[in-house]
Amino acid sequence: MEKSLMKGNEAIAEAAILAGCRHFFGYPITPQNELAAYMSRRMPQVEGTFLQAESEIAAINMVIGAAAAGKRAMTSSSSPGVALKSEGLSYLAGCDLPAVIVNVQRGGPGLGTIQPSQADYFMAVKGGGHGDFYKVVLAPSNIQEMVDCTYTAFDIADRYRVTVMILADGILGQMMEPVSLTKPEQKPLPAKDWAVTGKAGRNRNIVNSLYLSPEILEQQNIIRFKKYDEIKKNETRAELYKTDDAEICVVAYGAAARISKNAVDAAREKGIRAGLIRPITLWPFPNKEIFDLADKVKAFTVVEMSMGQMIQDVELAVKFKKPVNLCSRTGGMVPAPEQILESIERSI
Amino acid sequence: MNRSILLAGFGGQGVLFAGKFIAYIGMLSGNEVSWLPSYGPEMRGGTANCGVTISKTPIGSPIVLSPDILVAMNLPSYDKFEPAAVSGAKIFVDSSLISRSPERSDVETFCLPAARLAESSGLKGLGNIVMVGKVIAETGLCDLDAATEALKKTIPPRKTDMLEKNLKALKVGMES
Repeated sequence: MEKSLMKGNEAIAEAAILAGCRHFFGYPITPQNELAAYMSRRMPQVEGTFLQAESEIAAINMVIGAAAAGKRAMTSSSSPGVALKSEGLSYLAGCDLPAVIVNVQRGGPGLGTIQPSQADYFMAVKGGGHGDFYKVVLAPSNIQEMVDCTYTAFDIADRYRVTVMILADGILGQMMEPVSLTKPEQKPLPAKDWAVTGKAGRNRNIVNSLYLSPEILEQQNIIRFKKYDEIKKNETRAELYKTDDAEICVVAYGAAARISKNAVDAAREKGIRAGLIRPITLWPFPNKEIFDLADKVKAFTVVEMSMGQMIQDVELAVKFKKPVNLCSRTGGMVPAPEQILESIERSI
Repeated sequence: MNRSILLAGFGGQGVLFAGKFIAYIGMLSGNEVSWLPSYGPEMRGGTANCGVTISKTPIGSPIVLSPDILVAMNLPSYDKFEPAAVSGAKIFVDSSLISRSPERSDVETFCLPAARLAESSGLKGLGNIVMVGKVIAETGLCDLDAATEALKKTIPPRKTDMLEKNLKALKVGMES
């Protein structure tokens, strides 16, 4: 397919439609507005539903409704808006419903700034709702990957009946790059025989997260975590860049990772054998890939557009075998390749 | 061809569109390209700018801090970004909107009354494309055929009536 220039926000929207998503519920917030705006234009053309809800909380609850009916549904927002959706995310997990949510991160805490950030790592990976549950978190690093991750997100969601979050940021949402919207071949997915679609001719289905008996709820949670084990085994993704002979390994995701690649190349030009491991799934985290490198490298440098959140997972993965350093910008600031290069040089 | 291009002006001058046009020129000539707009609150009624990177290799940071090509379409943008350009940069100034002379002597500055040229050619509002035409002529970014192809990609199919006007503006810039 011919490539065209698309903004990340629009690329996700079009990919969602090509993935068969016909129900989008959102509420405006910068820097993800182009996503909802695109949906408002396109959904009527494909006989889908675009609905601007009265709030972020309403939007995620509409997603719960559409997902319970067995439809591919999606919402998108940016940091403070995603925080508002936390309750709904927990209910989606408790009901074992497939859904896709996009967070185009901006600087926080509070209302913060509309400039790009990666400070929602904890919220995406560790929290974002009460109770025992995880979301699959995908972290694209360029606009083509925004498209590819969207296709993957809907498939993972349907395969395992989980919520998948695409964790982007203001740079990835706003920038344009050439993209091809070609869809990979669709692998068969399990039938949605649990969906509430009207009980004519069958027993009724119930979608619910309320289990008053602790014995039953415990079993439900144990079953759900067996599913998470399957996801860890099958869906963990990471890109290894020049790590084969690396003495310093940078760990970064999303926009920070693409900038880090420049720094890795610059370090190599200076004779420093640098490499990069880029988690594409932040949950499940590529623990093994990082641990395997811990014996080979002298140190790790974690590059994040936050005060240091993913670094905790890197430290856990490295198991204190090697030093783990932080190269950080926060509050909407973006690291320059030179800053990352300095950090690599300091790690030697 | 590695280029870091910054286009800046008032919101509504078509700076972002001109940037997308240049990005398509880069893409169609087989390069990696990125386009990143400023999306801060200054867009509302103030300055708008976008950075375009054209590169043989995958692009890391899409943020253009030190352009080697700068297109300035208003005085605040010229004041802000003239000092940021690399030594030896080519700077294009719309002299129908900016009256001051260059402060730097280590860059090449091209002054062109783009908005006025567009208007006098019956192309009011296409000063942005006149500027791109001048950039193409002075930097050897591409030839007219390649620019025409890029313009066809940049203008949405539903607005093809705009193509002819934009092509005309492009030629005005290239020949001035």
